[in-house]
Amino acid sequence: MSNEAVIHSPVEIGAHEEHGEHHHHHETFITKYVFSQDHKMIAKQFLITGMFWAVLGGLMSVLFRLQLGYPDASFPWLETILGKWAKGGHITPEAYYALVTTHGTVLVFFVLTAGLSGTFANFLIPLQVGARDMASPFMNMLSYWFFFAASVVMLSSIFVQTGPFSGGWTAYPPLSALGDASPGSQTGMDLWIVSMALFVVSSLLGGLNYIATILNMRTKGMSMTRLPLTIWALFFTAVLGVLSFPVLFSGFILLIFDRNFGTSFYLSDIFVNGVGALPNEGGSAILYQHLFWFLGHPEVYIILLPAMGMVSEILSVNSRKPIFGYMAMIGSLFAIAVLAFLVWAHHMFVTGLNPLLGSVFVLLTLLIAVPSAIKVFNWLTTLWRGNIRFTPGMMFAIGFVSLFISGGLTGIWLGNSALDIHLHDTYFVIAHFHIVMGVASMFGMFAGIYHWFPKMYGRYLNNTVGYIHFWVTIAGAYMIFWPMHYEGLAGMPRRYYDYSIWESFKQFAELNRFISTVAMIVFAAQLLFLFNFFYSIFKGRKMTSLNPWQSNTLEWTTPLRPGHGNWPGEIPEVHRWAYDYGKDGVDFIPQTTPVGADESHH
Amino acid sequence: MAIFLTVAVIALIYIVIIQIAKASEYVSVLKGEDVSRKQNNKINGFLMVVFLVLGLFGVWYCNNLYLGKTLLSVDSASVEGARVDSMLWITIAVTGSVFLATQIILFWFAYRYQEKEQRKVFYFPHNNKLEVLWTIVPAIVLTVLVVIGLRNWFLFTGEPPKDAMVVEVTGKQFNWIFRYPGKDGALGKKYFRNIDDANNNPLGIIWDDQLSHDDVVFDKLILIKGKPVKLIIGSRDVIHDVGLSQFRLKMDAVPGIPTTMWFTPKYTTKEMKELTHNPDFVYEISCDQMCGNGHYSMRGVIDVVDQEEFDLWMAKQKPQYLMAFPDKDPSNKKDSVKLAVAPVETAGKTIAKM
Repeated sequence: MSNEAVIHSPVEIGAHEEHGEHHHHHETFITKYVFSQDHKMIAKQFLITGMFWAVLGGLMSVLFRLQLGYPDASFPWLETILGKWAKGGHITPEAYYALVTTHGTVLVFFVLTAGLSGTFANFLIPLQVGARDMASPFMNMLSYWFFFAASVVMLSSIFVQTGPFSGGWTAYPPLSALGDASPGSQTGMDLWIVSMALFVVSSLLGGLNYIATILNMRTKGMSMTRLPLTIWALFFTAVLGVLSFPVLFSGFILLIFDRNFGTSFYLSDIFVNGVGALPNEGGSAILYQHLFWFLGHPEVYIILLPAMGMVSEILSVNSRKPIFGYMAMIGSLFAIAVLAFLVWAHHMFVTGLNPLLGSVFVLLTLLIAVPSAIKVFNWLTTLWRGNIRFTPGMMFAIGFVSLFISGGLTGIWLGNSALDIHLHDTYFVIAHFHIVMGVASMFGMFAGIYHWFPKMYGRYLNNTVGYIHFWVTIAGAYMIFWPMHYEGLAGMPRRYYDYSIWESFKQFAELNRFISTVAMIVFAAQLLFLFNFFYSIFKGRKMTSLNPWQSNTLEWTTPLRPGHGNWPGEIPEVHRWAYDYGKDGVDFIPQTTPVGADESHH
Repeated sequence: MAIFLTVAVIALIYIVIIQIAKASEYVSVLKGEDVSRKQNNKINGFLMVVFLVLGLFGVWYCNNLYLGKTLLSVDSASVEGARVDSMLWITIAVTGSVFLATQIILFWFAYRYQEKEQRKVFYFPHNNKLEVLWTIVPAIVLTVLVVIGLRNWFLFTGEPPKDAMVVEVTGKQFNWIFRYPGKDGALGKKYFRNIDDANNNPLGIIWDDQLSHDDVVFDKLILIKGKPVKLIIGSRDVIHDVGLSQFRLKMDAVPGIPTTMWFTPKYTTKEMKELTHNPDFVYEISCDQMCGNGHYSMRGVIDVVDQEEFDLWMAKQKPQYLMAFPDKDPSNKKDSVKLAVAPVETAGKTIAKM
């Protein structure tokens, strides 16, 4: 059959450029694919490791949704897979809480932090600022391998006899500090905390590198105000990470001391059933929450900002129109980055926090809605009177905006402490943060993958699968999380293994079954994407143009498969900002095009 | 067997989708990328509007199905909680209209401005007026919401009325313990090292403290309709949370750091049974902070009664002190008259001092 020949016929472009003059050093398999110092390869390593965790974390959610949706059913095959964790085909409470905790940890840190900003900061920063690689390729490599080590340790914690950590991804002590209070807080917690410590190291190595590269290694003419918004977003992301991860780390160190060396930073007045009174006195369990959320809140922006940046870029490219309000977009990113550090205690309104302090955090929290609103309106205006091309990347970018609106608005509810006192720790919160941070950022990530896949692998992802993937995922995401708002408004608490004994919450059994079913379908749709991804790396439709989206940014000026060093010969010089689409009737003007004499000013 | 069948069906679906996708890819290459892109564009542009319409219908449908199952369908069970409800409705109105407007604009623009050969895009990089407008309007709206919110917040977290009754709530894995101050209106001191479940001292009450002698410990929270109650909340082991969904309030129980919360019950349990049309209705305390593997079963029960019923109930309760020291209990002795006066002096000798 000649279909393969048809699909792969136009292979002329770039083939001869692959061995550009910049390819001095000989690369072995190890230096090219394993301990690579090429930012593009490291990005792919982050991406594929992130995808591995996304599948595992997603599978965990399917398993615990099985319990929530079908609390009375018995699934013998579960016992085959999970053994003692699903005796008689029922997931045990221990296993349920371990699944919930690991799902949260893995998705927040390994997928949406490492998988998202690890991938795209590595891939896009040098390519879009016009640099041959990161400021320190070696540190960059270490960053990935620390992440890899963190992954191995986290994975191993699933297999210890007392089970993985099961106290929720926030790991609040005393529960996380006392092995006697919860079996998951024994060896499982030791491994969890070691893994997280390794992860912090990885994040810092990466983040410092991103900042140094953006500030120092921009090509000639690439002033800060000519940077694509992706880079601005990744820059603020890195700053947030560098300033807040060390605080989390300090919190973990104190926790390690409390767990292993008999200190009382977080422990006081505790009597554990079956053990008796503990010797610890004078600590404050709330101290941990302050340290945790000092990272924890910036963390949600660490997850969200890269998605915002990529979406801004993709929306503009595919609307064939400049992003509306470029400076306002940078300003709002900056405002979000600053405010991200001043709102952490809104996670702690019901801990007995000083009410006056609480009120300050209400004010600052709701203030974040202003830059968020600016961004949304600017995205909408970018679409207005554009000429929109619905590439799969564009679809996910539009989906991101929709989800960001839906999830962001409920933040106005939860940030207002007098409402939070009612809705805190209910399914309303689950709905809020899954939509605005989980699914929205996931959409940003998908948008990025669909958009930059051709640059990564020199081929396209399959469009049809991409469209099916998009429509199933967005419809499914809304069907899963939208009704959860109603569960939250009924006061239904999160992290419950079974609601049937509760008179107040048992009316949602049918809804929970529906949600679980949709969750499984959405998970299945992600496998479709996974297949598309790996299949297309090797067999995807080949590119017929070096600049498939007719985009202005620098990465599309590189050869089809750029070697280490990105540009053979000189790095191109930049003459304009990244968003000259439709200017003076010209469809697009790449950043490398000098400003013409008769060009209009904006 | 069923599982293999399911797997087979799923695999089949995958294969079909992938084959269709591959075929469409061949077609697109044969037709030319431009042509196929325009076709895809039309389909997806149309689907954007379909999604918007179906989505809005879904929002309406979901609301129809589930609003009645939420707390918003019944009046708040506490006087203060009514403020939460009114604030909820205001917030729903504000965010709801923004939600509708922006989602409609988003999907409508996507449909309306899909790629057309003849369209010239409008080069519109910025407009200061617009940007200032949508900075200031949200800021003003949010200020209003903050003001409403903070007024309520300071009421909720402020001092309870003078006539409030006091109950101590203590969480432990995985149930709740309630302590009433008794006739003297004051709770006796406690210390966690004195906790002794076997000897009827689950809270570690210091028996030396005479204020503790009439404290009543109970496994259920009985409240009085119309009487403000101040809960003094603590934990014996890990962090718990006193979640009172019907009263629209919650507060963490933190070991070593007592917290408080107050409210005024508005309906007795009996009245709520009628209001909710649910004969099984019961006020429940849900633990809302992950506290271990039994977290989901950490259920407390509140009974709201009227003053009369409460007094009757209280009169029947035996102070915990007498449970811990049955020999001090006058009703256990035939010769009760003499001993009724004596126990106070000799009480604390056998247990830890303050």
